[in-house]
Amino acid sequence: MSRASVKVNDLSWMTGGPQGSGVDSSANIFAGACVLGGLWTFGLREYYSSIKGPHSYFEVRVNGDKIRSHVNNVDVLATFDAETLIRHAEEVALGGGILYDPTFANVEIDKIDSIETPVVLRIKSRLTKQGLPGTVSGILEEAKRRGVNLFSIPYNDIIAKTAAQIGEHQLSKLSRIVNVLSVSASFGILGFDENYLNRSIERAFASKKKVVDMNEIGAKLAYDAAKSQLKQPFPFQLHPIQNQPRLLLMGVEAVALGKLVGGCRVQTYYPITPAADESEFLESHGNFDISGGNNPSQKGSILVTQTEDEIAAITMATGAALTGARAATSTSGPGFSLMVEGLGWAGMNEVPLVITHYQRGGPATGQPTRHEQGDLKFVLSAAHGEFPRIVLCSGDMEESFYDAIRIFNYAERFQMPGIHLIDKGLANNSMTISPPKGDLVPIQRGKLIQGDHQGNGDEEPYRRFAFTEDGVSPRAVLGMPSYRFWNTGDEHDEMGHIEEDPDNRVKMMTKRMTKLDTAAREISEEEKVNFFRSSKKQADVTIVSWGSTKGPILDAMKLLERDGIGVEFLQIRLVSPFPTETVKQKLAGAKLLVDIEQNYSGQMAAVIAEKTMIDVKNKIVKFNGRPMSQDEIYQSVKQVLSNPAQNKRVVLTLGA
Amino acid sequence: MALKLTDLKTDVHNDWCPGCGDFGIEASLKMALTEMPVDINKVALFSGIGCSSKLVHFTNAFGIHTLHGRVLGYAQGAKLANPDLEVIAVGGDGDGLGIGVGHFVHAGRRNIDMAYIIHDNGVYGLTKGQASPTLHLGMQTKSLPEPNINSNINPIMLALASGFTFIARSYAYNTRHLKEMIKKAVAHKGFALIDALQPCPTYNDINTKEWYGGEDRVDPATKRPMPRTYDLEGTGYNGTITADMSQDEVDKNLVQVIEKSREWGDKIPIGIFYQNETVPIYEERISERIPSYMREPPARQQLAKNDGKSVVNLANLSKELLFESLVLAQ
Repeated sequence: MSRASVKVNDLSWMTGGPQGSGVDSSANIFAGACVLGGLWTFGLREYYSSIKGPHSYFEVRVNGDKIRSHVNNVDVLATFDAETLIRHAEEVALGGGILYDPTFANVEIDKIDSIETPVVLRIKSRLTKQGLPGTVSGILEEAKRRGVNLFSIPYNDIIAKTAAQIGEHQLSKLSRIVNVLSVSASFGILGFDENYLNRSIERAFASKKKVVDMNEIGAKLAYDAAKSQLKQPFPFQLHPIQNQPRLLLMGVEAVALGKLVGGCRVQTYYPITPAADESEFLESHGNFDISGGNNPSQKGSILVTQTEDEIAAITMATGAALTGARAATSTSGPGFSLMVEGLGWAGMNEVPLVITHYQRGGPATGQPTRHEQGDLKFVLSAAHGEFPRIVLCSGDMEESFYDAIRIFNYAERFQMPGIHLIDKGLANNSMTISPPKGDLVPIQRGKLIQGDHQGNGDEEPYRRFAFTEDGVSPRAVLGMPSYRFWNTGDEHDEMGHIEEDPDNRVKMMTKRMTKLDTAAREISEEEKVNFFRSSKKQADVTIVSWGSTKGPILDAMKLLERDGIGVEFLQIRLVSPFPTETVKQKLAGAKLLVDIEQNYSGQMAAVIAEKTMIDVKNKIVKFNGRPMSQDEIYQSVKQVLSNPAQNKRVVLTLGA
Repeated sequence: MALKLTDLKTDVHNDWCPGCGDFGIEASLKMALTEMPVDINKVALFSGIGCSSKLVHFTNAFGIHTLHGRVLGYAQGAKLANPDLEVIAVGGDGDGLGIGVGHFVHAGRRNIDMAYIIHDNGVYGLTKGQASPTLHLGMQTKSLPEPNINSNINPIMLALASGFTFIARSYAYNTRHLKEMIKKAVAHKGFALIDALQPCPTYNDINTKEWYGGEDRVDPATKRPMPRTYDLEGTGYNGTITADMSQDEVDKNLVQVIEKSREWGDKIPIGIFYQNETVPIYEERISERIPSYMREPPARQQLAKNDGKSVVNLANLSKELLFESLVLAQ
């Protein structure tokens, strides 16, 4: 290998193992070490719907610049079980490396129960064609022939040596360090200073000195064991760089931080994947520091309540919102399905309730731990009857944070339920970002009546649903003297009492629906859509998309532009009220329009057609439960460009 | 200024059927409110869906008329966000023990400091008289094409099993008794249930006012009807659990509640079946985790400074996710 072929700070690393074996923590320790070294990371987390056993994997992409997506190839595959090796070896690129446990060499592929039969048959037939045995050795030989470097890491020996060094005779107590050993061995071949790993280990196990010690001792041995096998520098290298402090976080954490900054003080939830992690984060940060404000304790707090079901979750959050507290509930598809009657009540009573909805594969239980953007049209029309709602879709970590604040502002300003639509990919993936600003989005409470002003009662009685030009009425909350009000799910008069009069019905429906026009008018353009221009004056292709496909689209755009293809990208963020004129204007002059979505039918394209009468003829969709990679978008956009008429609907299928 | 009954009146037309037990419950509730040391501005009434749940519109206090079966969700959410509110929930037996029975059970587990009155008439009135969960097996009220095919829920026993800490029963037309029960339920520290028996003059032609009043069984001696309901007070029954009781005494008391709750037919006990203030209320459990909760509950926290900027210190909050880039000697 020549020096020129060495790639510095551009790496895709993967680890995997049985669920519950520390795959997540080893990936986090790996990413943490990279970020401590000034690098940027993007982590793709894939797991089964179970607790222990089935295979899960975590891909961490590392770069010297900010990255927003994963790639198809794996450069370093760090394994400590046979299954990860068997499943993922073929993803390792030429010149890449595989770290493996030599004791698994003779394991037969069809003896591993947790690998699905079709996968076993596919791999075995691949090996047979090459005259290789259906064993781990066969897999390794196949990789070697392809030009992949193999590194045998004697985990058991390293664990035994570590045990001897710390004076621990029960080896089983040390078995859990195996995942950190694979991380350390990776850094050994990547030439990345082991001290970053040690700092990352110390962060991860801060309170447990003995755990830190055993991991660091083992890590040193694994690092040297891998490094000693290098005959020449490994073609992929990581070099530390100077950088500003940054956050390494998952989407659920970005949302949770945004909620707290945005004033959410009540969150209800019923456990569901992948939403529950957000509530758990909030609950473990139930008391937090504040400055300014009237709270003498200088502590803020959020009440997180686990309810008996999602119906209770939405109704409790709504009850809380009636007291003036900013309240939210967080769920995924099946939970949202249960919530819809409550959503209608909040719409009817103009309650600023926030629902954070993390989409996952549907319908029914669907693919509980897998990615999909299949609920767009559902959230737009959920619940019987017509009522206004805000639907806001975030595309990345920063947007998830800021939108978590904005959705409360919208809900309160326009007095309607606000749905913050996110997806599993965004929820569970991890990413390095610059710290968001806590004061960028001010808190706006609209026509909330502030303070308990006495004296109103002697004049006109307060009318909670008073008719106004913009449809929004001054909002009192429960317990405010002289602002007594009533709510009901029935059609009602301005006081909130049941009223079936047809004229009142027309006025009250019109009042509620008018608020949607008000919202469309008052929400700024830059909060409705993002538009990323091409470097060319006239783009060759205009991509339209929404949600977490933003990351791989932006990364793929760079590659396409590098190839001389002019790409522009319209990311639709606000879907209700729909920014009809903006979308029309951005898409009108497109040379070739391509819709990219993680669902079967291209739901956003259907919404665009409904609202603008623009027919997006070319679609790139994916619905196998795995997020799109940068490379898939790069390749499929090229495919569409090569012959748009022949490639009306490209279905992406990659991912394990 | 003392609250008068007329202060609690609204202009809303009352469309309950003449003779409905709901009137008795409404009157008892309003009397109780005038006699209790509560600030009416802090009273929030919540109701589900059904005839009974229209009560909030007839009462001049904050009134939240919610969804069928979901009254306890809304009511608990409001109480937790603002523990200063005096939250009283009302709803029918179908609402609370049919479609909403899941919430009923879990409300007991939480033991939030609020009261819940179930209007218990054995039928779904507003949908024209179908059997509700408290109608007994084999009974055929007026509009049932066939006798009731299901057994009934015993609200007292279910409440006990669910962890309610105040369980009482009263009768809609015994307004003096019901009023006292409501006052005690509101004063109780914890989740309080009143099972308010009431006739439905339109659809329940079995458990009628006359039936409860015992007009079908005249005492031969006095020639007066012998009412089916009787007050537990004065019978020597005591369902109160106190902190000084042994586990054995507590267990015995619970068995006694179950036994008493099974009386029905010719002798229907009303009064307090069970009261237990030794169980910490949910608000206290929260306060252990959030020390400032009662002083600065969710509804009373200021979210932003005057310029709209959030009061939250994001840097401190996100400390564990922040990575300073290390410069190591190479």
